[in-house]
Amino acid sequence: MEKPKVATTSLAGCFGCHMSLLDIDDRILKLIELVDFDKSPIDDIKNFTGRCAVGIVEGGCCNEENVHVLQDFRKNCDILISCGDCAIDGGIPAMRNNIPLKECFDEAYHDGPTVYNPNNITPNDKELPLILNKVYPCHHVVKMDYHLPGCPPSADTLWEALVALLSNKPIELPYELIKYD
Amino acid sequence: MDKTITFKIDGVDVKGFPGQTIMEAADAAGVYIPRLCYLKDLTPHGSCRVCTIKVDGRAQAACTQPIAEGVEVENNTAELNEKRRDIIDMFFVEGNHFCMFCEKSGNCELQAMAYRLGICAPKYPFQFPDCSLDATHPDLFIDRNRCILCGRCVNASKVIDEKSVFEFVGRGAAKKIAVNADTLAGTNMAVSDKAAGVCPVGAIIKKRVGFEVPVGKRLYDTEPIGSDIEAKQ
Ligand code: SF4
Ligand code: FES
Repeated sequence: MEKPKVATTSLAGCFGCHMSLLDIDDRILKLIELVDFDKSPIDDIKNFTGRCAVGIVEGGCCNEENVHVLQDFRKNCDILISCGDCAIDGGIPAMRNNIPLKECFDEAYHDGPTVYNPNNITPNDKELPLILNKVYPCHHVVKMDYHLPGCPPSADTLWEALVALLSNKPIELPYELIKYD
Repeated sequence: MDKTITFKIDGVDVKGFPGQTIMEAADAAGVYIPRLCYLKDLTPHGSCRVCTIKVDGRAQAACTQPIAEGVEVENNTAELNEKRRDIIDMFFVEGNHFCMFCEKSGNCELQAMAYRLGICAPKYPFQFPDCSLDATHPDLFIDRNRCILCGRCVNASKVIDEKSVFEFVGRGAAKKIAVNADTLAGTNMAVSDKAAGVCPVGAIIKKRVGFEVPVGKRLYDTEPIGSDIEAKQ
């Protein structure tokens, strides 16, 4: 029987959730027996190669590319998981949600104390995805089936969740595994 | 304490004495009723409604409702816990609660209540309100992003400290906590005041003591909020 596929991505996140996934230590060998990784930074597959059972999304949406990737995940995954606080509530990137975009750019590229920008350029290449007015939690953009809170969620949380889903059970986290920090 | 009053919570007999609220009698009996704005020693504010119970079928706030002979109280029911979850969800989306760097995380009563009720994410859309932070005071700061308008600081400052440093201003969604000067530094607030230590969330924070307790050893890391009361049983 073909193994179910798992895809992962990091949108507006810090890769901490992915590091936490690697933190399952030797259980990763067991995981590889249970699933194949599809589109994911873990194996560097850039495009979906087939339908995935589970999609794990780290980070919220801060630019248009994040939105496209998230929509692509929704289209290609049976179960989509918001993994970590950034995916769930925007997290640290969402701290800019009450600051006008212009002010954010000015601080980042012109006025900030460590900025070196002799030509005073604000990056505006066509290749760069446009920044959204706000950072959006994933479930504000597409339907998310599960939320695993934490910054990052612990390796045990991720393991419990994956094992439950791969054995066709709903995710039921015990008290110690629901944490927001 | 001349007369005992007997009533039921979730079918179990609880005894109390005249003048006690349902919350007080339940606490003494080791029955935990979830709450947020209530704090022992302060005047009950009755504002958060997390302690909503049913008394003979009618919804009441346990922290303000006096006990009465023979009444049947519902507390730990699926329906009431669902409503409590809704309230907690609303608190989370109506503020900016960045637990990952909050000094209060692990000791926060709002967060702990969400943990106890098993909330992985609030069901309502986040509002990302625009709130201010006042760090002018040498020993304290107030971060309104985290305030849940429980009224504890208002009451403690007025009744216990006799200073009235805090008061609510505005109404409805515009309601917020204010201080009786331009900034917190302009008030006579002291870090030793009762009001400095009653905030259930990280809105009023003492400076230079953040993150003192390591992760794993904080109040609600391993035991749900209310476990101390339930242990009395
Ligand atoms: S600052 Fe804290 S104690 Fe005061 S009303 Fe807000 S949440 Fe309650
Ligand atoms: S604890 Fe009773 S209304 Fe808040």
